[in-house]
Amino acid sequence: MKVRVFVSLKNGVLDPQGRAIHHAIEGLGIHGVQDVRAGKMIELEVDASVTDAQLEEMASKLLTNMVIENYRIERVQP
Amino acid sequence: MSFRSAVITFPGSNCDRDMADALEKVSGTAPDRVWHGDAALPDGLDFIALPGGFSYGDYLRSGAMAARSPIMQAVIAAANKGVPVLGVCNGFQVLTEAGLLPGALMRNAGIRFVCREVKLKVENTQSLFTAGYNAGQEIVIPVAHHDGNYFADAETLDRLEGEGRVAFRYAESVNGSARDIAGVLNAAGNVLGMMPHPERVIEPAHGGTDGRALFESAVRGLVGA
Repeated sequence: MKVRVFVSLKNGVLDPQGRAIHHAIEGLGIHGVQDVRAGKMIELEVDASVTDAQLEEMASKLLTNMVIENYRIERVQP
Repeated sequence: MSFRSAVITFPGSNCDRDMADALEKVSGTAPDRVWHGDAALPDGLDFIALPGGFSYGDYLRSGAMAARSPIMQAVIAAANKGVPVLGVCNGFQVLTEAGLLPGALMRNAGIRFVCREVKLKVENTQSLFTAGYNAGQEIVIPVAHHDGNYFADAETLDRLEGEGRVAFRYAESVNGSARDIAGVLNAAGNVLGMMPHPERVIEPAHGGTDGRALFESAVRGLVGA
């Protein structure tokens, strides 16, 4: 089964990469983008035996730095 | 009495030799070199150093993988028993990821890698690492990092300031760090993390000697003389 973990910066945490991307989008001549926040998506292929609690543990103990980031776990239905 | 120290090397560490050299020059005794995959530290250590570099290629987040390597379990246990631990640059990132220091090191606010000498103000001269400096002293130490932008919530920052745990502060704009924090101590005062590299300025041939007092403070504080 495929699982996706979306990691994003918490609200209020400055995102210099997002700001640079925003600037580059404006460089394309496209206007109307209000804000850009960059995060990451980590895709896992797991056995059906892997529990939600184990996914939470992976996400909170390793994949995310809870000081600055939040995560969201999505089990992808085949 | 000899000064027993260890320098931990992770895959991708690149300041471990400079750190070992600084510890040997100042203390007179060469540190043990310890590999990240080792499960245990040598017995009877007075001091542990986590060097700069790009451990595990900075994969996931700077310091994230190293913080979960086998040797770090031993380093965390030693730190909790009071063994002094110094983390410089990537070593600082590892210490925050390991939970030994509060906060996180984020991408520099200006996006760019910053590699130059910077002015620092010594904020705390009571710690094991900083006793050799004068209160408010300005020193010049090089930085070389992409992720040195110190972040913690306002409550944590207030607590760090109130408890005198800000060891060094940038005296100029460097990377966007909250309250210009360049180095912080843990609550017990035996763990210091800092982005600037004191091991790169310990003898005149380096172009500066302002980092030497940090190592001298630790050696004097731990084994006398």
